[in-house]
Amino acid sequence: MPILLCRVDDRLIHGQVVVGWGAQLGLDLIAVIDDELAESEWEQDLYRAGLPDRVEALFSSVDAAVELIPAWASDAAHSFILTRDIGTMRRLAERGVLADIEVNLGGLHSAPGRERVLPYLFVSDEDRDELRRLQRAEVRVCAQDVPSARRVALDELLEMKAS
Amino acid sequence: MSEEVRGILVGHGKLAEGMLDAVAGITGSREGLTPVDNASMTPEALEEHVESLIGHSPSVVFVDLPSGSCAFAARRLKYRHPGMAVVCGVNLPLLLDFVFHRDLPLEEIVERLRSHVGVSIEYTTDADSSVPGR
Repeated sequence: MPILLCRVDDRLIHGQVVVGWGAQLGLDLIAVIDDELAESEWEQDLYRAGLPDRVEALFSSVDAAVELIPAWASDAAHSFILTRDIGTMRRLAERGVLADIEVNLGGLHSAPGRERVLPYLFVSDEDRDELRRLQRAEVRVCAQDVPSARRVALDELLEMKAS
Repeated sequence: MSEEVRGILVGHGKLAEGMLDAVAGITGSREGLTPVDNASMTPEALEEHVESLIGHSPSVVFVDLPSGSCAFAARRLKYRHPGMAVVCGVNLPLLLDFVFHRDLPLEEIVERLRSHVGVSIEYTTDADSSVPGR
């Protein structure tokens, strides 16, 4: 089974991912790609503590994920990939492992320098640059926080003014 | 007299405010519980906000969903605040028990909450013919 959700979300593992998308698509494995978290066992334990027993969580650096993603894509398990920022997803895209996978912008929340473009998406100038780099890496990108929400294509998103 | 335990209620949407409203409707008081919603907040901002409410007091952080961002923020805080409990799956009976016993030591409150989960499921497949209908 392919990777069913490949999502940028600064909350990483949380309700929308586990319950919202997990119930809709079926979920066996959550792969969090994050160089810092991959080195932090106590934080990994913390995330695992909140998961249902049937869901496995794996934490990987970008370098290690480049090797692992093709295997997840051809495995029977239903996998979700999560990164906490666009830059990490862009690094994966530029390594060529997201060619047939759509990137979901699921949640970037309010922070200094960021402007609100959707209720769940606040972006800075740097974020916009990273999105354009994702686009140049020929990856399909849509914003959608939960399965029932409208999908917003990247071109439309980049045209949106702050609200 | 020792300091009363603080309760922080963190939930999705308007759940925290709504539950506190229900507590106040029953007890007549909002004292001892502070509601927080996670809307638009980064995980770091949510964690900082809850930490500012805890201060240095013994505290119970009540959250709704075990796999939610509110729960993860609370668990991260627990690493830095040993005198703090995290309760996932908050419900009204639990909150009421808490507000009536905030004067107890935190350890005793935690034991009370463990034994008062507050969930009951009532289900029968047959109507009871001994009960008169309306």
